[in-house]
Amino acid sequence: MGLGRYYLAEARNGLVSEFQYRLAAAIALLGFLIEPVIYLAVWRTVALAQGGEVGGYDANDFTAYYIVWSLVRVMNLALTPYSWEWRIRGGRLNEFLIRPVHPFHRDFAFFAGQKPVWIAIWVPMAIILWITYSPDVELTIARSLVFFVSIWAAFVIRHMYLFTLGALNFWTTRTSALFELSIAFELLLSGRLVPLSLMPDWVQRLSFFLPYRWTFLFPIETMIGRLSWPEIGVGLLAQVGWVAVLALGIKLVWGRAIRRYTAVGG
Amino acid sequence: MTHSVHVADLRRTFKVPVREGGLKASVKSLVKRRHKQVVAVEAATFDVTAGEVVGFLGPNGAGKTTILKMLSGLLHSDSGVAEVLGHQPQRREPAFLRRIALVAGNRSSIAWDLPALDSYLLLKALYGIPAADFLRRRDQYIELLELGDIVSKPVRNLSLGERMKVELVGSLLHAPEVLFLDEPTLGLDVTMQRRLRTFVQDYNREYGATVLLTSHYMADVVELCERVIVIHRGRIHYDGGLTGLTSRFASPKTITVVGSGFPSDLDGITRTFGGDVVERLPDRISLRVPPDQVGAAVSYLLGVVKVDDLNIEDPPIEDLIVRVFNEAAEDPPVPQEV
Repeated sequence: MGLGRYYLAEARNGLVSEFQYRLAAAIALLGFLIEPVIYLAVWRTVALAQGGEVGGYDANDFTAYYIVWSLVRVMNLALTPYSWEWRIRGGRLNEFLIRPVHPFHRDFAFFAGQKPVWIAIWVPMAIILWITYSPDVELTIARSLVFFVSIWAAFVIRHMYLFTLGALNFWTTRTSALFELSIAFELLLSGRLVPLSLMPDWVQRLSFFLPYRWTFLFPIETMIGRLSWPEIGVGLLAQVGWVAVLALGIKLVWGRAIRRYTAVGG
Repeated sequence: MTHSVHVADLRRTFKVPVREGGLKASVKSLVKRRHKQVVAVEAATFDVTAGEVVGFLGPNGAGKTTILKMLSGLLHSDSGVAEVLGHQPQRREPAFLRRIALVAGNRSSIAWDLPALDSYLLLKALYGIPAADFLRRRDQYIELLELGDIVSKPVRNLSLGERMKVELVGSLLHAPEVLFLDEPTLGLDVTMQRRLRTFVQDYNREYGATVLLTSHYMADVVELCERVIVIHRGRIHYDGGLTGLTSRFASPKTITVVGSGFPSDLDGITRTFGGDVVERLPDRISLRVPPDQVGAAVSYLLGVVKVDDLNIEDPPIEDLIVRVFNEAAEDPPVPQEV
């Protein structure tokens, strides 16, 4: 079997599934996009109240940051451990395990296939925000290309660590609490809540050694021109490194996890 | 003869948390958890020849589905040997998974929100099915199961029976050599059950596929399987033909005679040959007698009764199975560690 052909077929099903529930997809996306709009409103206000700048970001920078943020967020969407819990406790993993392809590929391809729909819904919102606030950002082809690569790498990384977290359900069947903790870390250490330059120094230093930064802050700052080319090089290497580490992690965890599967209810 | 499935001394236990009901027990369980090791399958040993259709019979929790899950690679065994088509299922090698299929009556692996046709295209890519084979099999199965435009509707809009049919089509598109069917007719009406059984029979004949089936519906087993494996409490109690099952468990046969001149003392007959009177009408009697007394009882009746018609019946398979389970229940239970 050509894995590429399977990826295309699964991605196509992911895309078609989104078409089946157009309204649901639009509402869900609206929910995701409200988050950056709130952050944007708050931090623009704070920046203006602080004399125009906070943590190296002025109102214009925040606007650019959160518009790009919303695209990165859409690209980063992956299967959560909640779904894993549902699958494992209900024996619904059986249908994936009986297939001659690792479940990792199924979920990755399916979510990747949904991206075009989500991006299509994101575009009008981005245009409205851009026209409303007119951020002064120089978009270059080179940076856009790096951004394109980095957001897909970010999706791979996020998908991988959520997959690993999900696999922990084989031991506890209740990793929701762990997932909540992971989200808290992500909010603080990725640039999802605020740009990391607004966080204490130790948080910024710590963020270099964890995967979160490379899934949010790095692609965003690449796109809005806040990183030098050497910094972009380091970021891309960090992404490759995390992909390698998480791939190894999945190999180790999955092999042990699957032995514990009880296939209940299926 | 080639073996599709080889199983020897297969064992599987499950660790199950236990606690009594109530708040006190709940608080106590925060500090100290108790578990029980439940033996689901114990020392299972059997072989299945290529092309054979084998039915697993047993009450709920007997271990039938656990065996099927171990053979399809979903579950790891604790010990013992399991080989399917020369592969160790628990290694879940793609080369193995491409040669088998598992259909469970209570589960659907076809995408819920999409028409089945979309899922079939996915399966084509997944199993690398050549386009010509894909189209031929898909159209053939759709016709055999009389699916028509059902495959064009989102699966969520289909009835249980329709879902089962589209599921079966999807599972067979890659022409699996071994087919595991776990309660495939669960919840279906009689017509639908019959259609599915015929379809499985046709598939078995055309492709020479090995079929392992669990079902609570005896009709599934009687119509599809020449061989049955009876499991109770994780242990195999019988492995052989359906006819062998009858003789092994020596169930009484029913002799029905239509005629006249019946002796007034039928109880005397049953005392002589053993058994009992099932039915007593002016022109007809039914007696249940042990299999080894059937010949003598029939000779006697032919001698004293003016016989218009005589019929000897095996007991219904359901009765037989209940008898097997009851006998199995009298065996010492499989040890459970607490």
